[in-house]
Amino acid sequence: MTKTINLTLKVWRQKNGNVKGRMETYEARGISTDMSFLEMIDVVNEGLILKGEDPIAFDHDCREGICGMCGAVVNGRPHGPEKGTTLCQLHMRHFDDGDEVVVEPWRSRAFKVIKDLVVDRSAFDSIIQAGGYISVNTGGAQDANAIPVPQNVAEKAMDAAECIGCGACVAACPNASAMLFVSAKVSQLALLPQGRPEAAGRVKAMVSKMDDMGFGHCGNERECEAECPKNISIVNIARMNREFIKASLK
Amino acid sequence: MSWLTDTLTSSIGKKLLMAASGLFFCCFLVVHLIGNLTVFGGSETFNSYVDHLHSLGPLIRIAEVLMAIFAFVHVVTGLSLALDNFKARPVKYEMKKNGGGRTLGSATMPYTGLVLLLFVLVHLKGFHFADHTSRSVFDIMTGAFSDPVIVGFYVFAMAVVAVHVSHGFWSAFQTLGLNHEKYTPAIKGLSLIFSLTVGVGFGFIPVWLSFF
Repeated sequence: MTKTINLTLKVWRQKNGNVKGRMETYEARGISTDMSFLEMIDVVNEGLILKGEDPIAFDHDCREGICGMCGAVVNGRPHGPEKGTTLCQLHMRHFDDGDEVVVEPWRSRAFKVIKDLVVDRSAFDSIIQAGGYISVNTGGAQDANAIPVPQNVAEKAMDAAECIGCGACVAACPNASAMLFVSAKVSQLALLPQGRPEAAGRVKAMVSKMDDMGFGHCGNERECEAECPKNISIVNIARMNREFIKASLK
Repeated sequence: MSWLTDTLTSSIGKKLLMAASGLFFCCFLVVHLIGNLTVFGGSETFNSYVDHLHSLGPLIRIAEVLMAIFAFVHVVTGLSLALDNFKARPVKYEMKKNGGGRTLGSATMPYTGLVLLLFVLVHLKGFHFADHTSRSVFDIMTGAFSDPVIVGFYVFAMAVVAVHVSHGFWSAFQTLGLNHEKYTPAIKGLSLIFSLTVGVGFGFIPVWLSFF
């Protein structure tokens, strides 16, 4: 038989970006420990809707930890207390009956609150638009082995490409810096031969855009890699710094 | 020169300035500490070291000017970064816990930096700009460290230096792009040894001299 728990939630409620928000308390009763955190909020929201109240707004999409849409700071930790886990993959078995759970949106000047736990992460899109791509002519698919890529390089590029752009690095960073996200995107392209021709222009354009968006500066505090649901390493930040120095001297 | 100003005014560029000037001061600490060890040889040995240093003439002036420039860059850039970082999160968290990356050193960099700025000013006033006509540097030093308040302040400041460089040292390498699983553990180990050596090495001297 499924175990159920009761929780007290303290959730950030904010109608929109132009008004002040506040913490509200809700009781989450009869929560199955097999549920994900988002399913727990679904249950609370059903109760709120039945009472005619506004449900808690939160971002979500795939609910299998690969899309990067979900995310909230749970008890002071982005995506909650489990390492390498997105909020949708955080299960209620990690909480105890009677726990008080504080839920807040990502806090950053660059991520304005749209409503409750939903923040505007279009600053990330702007950074990608500045250079997070390779300009290839579409056409027939190239032979798979035409451009050899050593296995260890492919692995590093894949590790960087795991970034789902959720923004937990910004939320975790004491300075609200976006360096881990930007460095993962710069790295995945800089490591591969297809990304090399535009590498110098890309890193300069993406860093410049990042600076314009109002993020803080990296202090090498390593909170980002500690909280990243995809375990992206700050080795990528060092690589981006190298790419930036090289690009500046070109 | 616009490429240089473009580079150095970017977020990574400012960090590069912090790293380069910070590493310069780490080198200075090593030289300063080695020189200070002559204290343990007594008044004659120490004063002879001071005389040798002063006999370098223009080289010492160049080193002083370089240090003043690097200090200006380190302090002004550090304050500008700290101010930007403060503004980057206008609404604070109701509850925020560390994920395991933060250390005492990393979390207190701007504050330990300001304490060190104050210490450097006090130290320069008390030693560099002291009246050298009637007393040797050794006498100035033993005179100052006969006051337990000054000894306490120096020991506290050296503990603060240790905390500051425990993060600053390895962090400079990361900023310069040097992070690899093969050598980063060695840099982090060296960072710990360096901060302990600097803290204990400099911190012990006022305590030792207070017994004279």
